[in-house]
Amino acid sequence: MLAATLSLTLLGALLGLLLGIAGRFFAVEVNPLNAEIEALMPGTNCGQCGFPGCAGAVSAIIEGAAPPTCCPPGGKAVATAVAAKLGLALDLSDVADKGPQIAVVTEEICIGCCRCLKVCPTDAIVGAAKQIHNVLREACTGCEACVDRCPTEALTMHPVPVTLQHWVWPKPVFA
Amino acid sequence: MGFMERFIGKVGSHWGVHPSDHKRPAADAPVRKMPMPARLYVPLLQHIGAAARPIVLVGQKVAKGQAIAEPQGMVSATIHAPTSGTVSAIGEIVAPHPSGLPMLAITIDADGEDRWIAPDAPGALPSCADPFALDPMEIGKRVAKAGVVGMGGAAFPSAVKLTGSLRAKISTLIVNGGECEPYLSCDDRLMRDRAADIVDGIRIALHATGAKEALVGIEDNKPEAIAAMQKAAAGIPAVTVRPVPARYPMGSEKQLILVLTGREVPAMGRPSDIGILVHNVGTLVAIRAAIRFGQPLISRLVTLNGGAMRAPGNLEVPIGALADAVIAFANGLKEEPARLLMGGPMMGMQLPDARVPIVKGTSGILALTAAEAAERQPEPCIRCGSCVKACPVGLLPLEMSRRIASADYDGAVDFGLKDCVACGCCAYICPARIPLVQYFNHAKGELSARERTKLRAEATKKLVVARAERIEREAREKAEAAARRKAERDAAKKAAAEAAAANPQPTTEEAES
Repeated sequence: MLAATLSLTLLGALLGLLLGIAGRFFAVEVNPLNAEIEALMPGTNCGQCGFPGCAGAVSAIIEGAAPPTCCPPGGKAVATAVAAKLGLALDLSDVADKGPQIAVVTEEICIGCCRCLKVCPTDAIVGAAKQIHNVLREACTGCEACVDRCPTEALTMHPVPVTLQHWVWPKPVFA
Repeated sequence: MGFMERFIGKVGSHWGVHPSDHKRPAADAPVRKMPMPARLYVPLLQHIGAAARPIVLVGQKVAKGQAIAEPQGMVSATIHAPTSGTVSAIGEIVAPHPSGLPMLAITIDADGEDRWIAPDAPGALPSCADPFALDPMEIGKRVAKAGVVGMGGAAFPSAVKLTGSLRAKISTLIVNGGECEPYLSCDDRLMRDRAADIVDGIRIALHATGAKEALVGIEDNKPEAIAAMQKAAAGIPAVTVRPVPARYPMGSEKQLILVLTGREVPAMGRPSDIGILVHNVGTLVAIRAAIRFGQPLISRLVTLNGGAMRAPGNLEVPIGALADAVIAFANGLKEEPARLLMGGPMMGMQLPDARVPIVKGTSGILALTAAEAAERQPEPCIRCGSCVKACPVGLLPLEMSRRIASADYDGAVDFGLKDCVACGCCAYICPARIPLVQYFNHAKGELSARERTKLRAEATKKLVVARAERIEREAREKAEAAARRKAERDAAKKAAAEAAAANPQPTTEEAES
């Protein structure tokens, strides 16, 4: 018993030390630009862009493998910020800016399975087992991660309703 | 005196425009009192700031002057029942706003008794025979309870301004009787009819803010109002009535301060930064009513004017009455108006529909004919500079609008977009009829939308971090709980083993002892 504990502890400590040293010596040079651009991204790692998280999307954009418009939840705002930072030409015409969207639970068909709460990157869905879930409007980023998880298709995306406080005068048509 | 201020008297005197004022004959007609309509729609957001929160239930009986919604947050205002009756709904109605979006309102079915809340009922506002014996802070509190907001149009909660002035050490109170918007005459009418009440209100406001003097600025196209105010203020040395030249936008607080005191409010600053507080004449009457008689703000003077109006004039209207009921009481319309406005023609809001309620900030309802509205097709800018000359805050509207047209909002901000007061002088004077102020309103909305997006993104990041921490904490707690359970199990097992080793037959031992 004692021998086993000691040997395993020793092994763990040794391997940990080795890993630490390796981490120092073989550190991958990360472009400091990555961190800067990543700060501009929504940071929810929702995966809608098709890359592994926001960091993956950022490196793809920097390498030129993806356009700055590849982040659907970020929309035009993030695309402009990223393009300005990197000095990239920006074509906003193909950004399907559906406007900000939020997930809404259709209460009649929610079965309270709790699957959506587990994937929400901002903890925007509240609920418990066999209780109807609900989406907190202020916290939902519209990443759509929950939509695919719902077994009853109770979660649907809706545009954020325009209120008096959010209404913006339209631009005069004459230019 | 700052460097730029030396030049203000010399080069800066071109600002503003001189639209024909169309104030008469409406201003000369005596005020009519509108009878209480059968149903009132009282919006919860009638002021700048956060919407009020309803404190009554559907079906509840309310008395006139009873608080029906309480303020939420620092900048907000109490809402009171304009008459006695029953709350029949709390729901969405069309907002008095160009967007035509819905807003929350409390609907009250009047019982026809128009019964005031009993003075000893809980929530009734106290009256006061000698306001000058009250503590200034107490005046601020009572004004807040009475739901008084700025009546000049912006509807900023007055109590916030009053209590803020105590901290900001205000030296001068400026009373805004400018009423520079064409067509409107409710302030003019108020000064002619209730000059003594206004002066009493000024004295209460002086006491509440600690200001030493009050300057009443009245445009010189209202000689009757000037005469009435001068007569009322005759024996009071702290109050001076000063006629100012009629010129739009003289009633904008920054311009009125400049003309009356020669001092300029700093960019992005407030009048309190230079020791000045500005109140509209209507607001002062409302403050007086709140302090002296404990009456909340539940009605106001509204100007009905415009070529399509059959009987132009001023009406005392309960808050929450529908605009079309008000128009109907004033003998209706001569013809279908080309444009229906709430507020003045320069800064007012175009109404999508007349079935919207009168709110605390409604100074007028204008029904303009096609000839008055003068819809015109814009043409390219000829860079004549008329807008630059007209701009009261010294901006370059032509440069800003070009940038906004190409969605370069930051460029427009560099040209001073944030100092724009949206008075509309530039669009009024433009010979090419370019909708300049409409560009600026659009850009300001875009900028605040962008600001909101930024705040939201920051909030999202915080939520993501919080979630990561939560998951880590839960995993740790789970591991700790598992370890603890294991330790307990081991200890129990060990104890059992030890006990078994020490006493092979514990039951017999127990029996022996």
